[in-house]
Amino acid sequence: MSELTSAAVPALAPDDHVRGEGAELIVYADLACPHCAAAWERIAALPKRIVFRHFPVASKHPRAPALHAAAEAAGSQGSFFELVDSLFADRGHVDDPHLWKRAEALGLDLERFNEERRSETVAARVRRDFESGIRAGVAATPTVFRDSRQVPLGEL
Amino acid sequence: MIAAGEPAPDFTLPNHKGEQVSLSDFRGRKLMLVFYPADFSPVCTDQLSVYQEVLGQIEEAGVQLYGVSVDSSWTHNAFRKKLGIEIPLLADFHPKGEVSSKFGAYLEDWGTTNRSLVLIDEEGIVRWVHESPSVVEIPGANLIFDALAESGAT
Repeated sequence: MSELTSAAVPALAPDDHVRGEGAELIVYADLACPHCAAAWERIAALPKRIVFRHFPVASKHPRAPALHAAAEAAGSQGSFFELVDSLFADRGHVDDPHLWKRAEALGLDLERFNEERRSETVAARVRRDFESGIRAGVAATPTVFRDSRQVPLGEL
Repeated sequence: MIAAGEPAPDFTLPNHKGEQVSLSDFRGRKLMLVFYPADFSPVCTDQLSVYQEVLGQIEEAGVQLYGVSVDSSWTHNAFRKKLGIEIPLLADFHPKGEVSSKFGAYLEDWGTTNRSLVLIDEEGIVRWVHESPSVVEIPGANLIFDALAESGAT
């Protein structure tokens, strides 16, 4: 029961999704969240080392779990941030056929993408990030940490 | 706000379906009341959506989670459907804020409940209270699990 008690935001792990160089920002985001999409445009352009962590809020955004699983599956073929950028840039096309189209455009092995995005390994990986966010006090998306502390978006 | 160690004020309030719910219904079980200012407001929406994602784990700990605001049963019902949440909601609608006031969770100036969490034990005694420093600050679900761990929930 105590597994979701308070804990510091986890430090960078080998399988974290990282892009860019500079001071590290850890971003907990929901791929189906409009606020995240708006903020991502700005965050992604910062000269920072961005660490993306999954925080799908399924009740609010029913497609979120599928989108995070898709991003994770794309990541196993080296295209995590490409799919994240694509999903945030166009939030209107997120059904399965749209995901296949996006995966094809990124040159992914579609069969592997489909298999992996539905796998328990991927679901567990997404849940790991979500739970680390809960333990670190994430209560809305996006939430950004710098030096283990939450930073208001306006201060980025 | 009411403090840990005090008996929780008895109450009967309609839930989102209009059914009467009383504190005495929870005798022998732990109850976490989530006071929040308003259905459909952006911050409350985030708060309850995130709690919904860990509701199973909260309930596994033997605790019932109930939201409370001064909105009516009808509004609560629409809010739950809109958000896709299963968290039951209590309507402190009429007389407005009467029960919340007994918990010290009513903001007279705002005409709403504050944003706070109150853990009540099996005997009806308040065991833990958290009041947000401001109504726009959401208590993370981690605080709920901390409170349950400290109160010995298993």
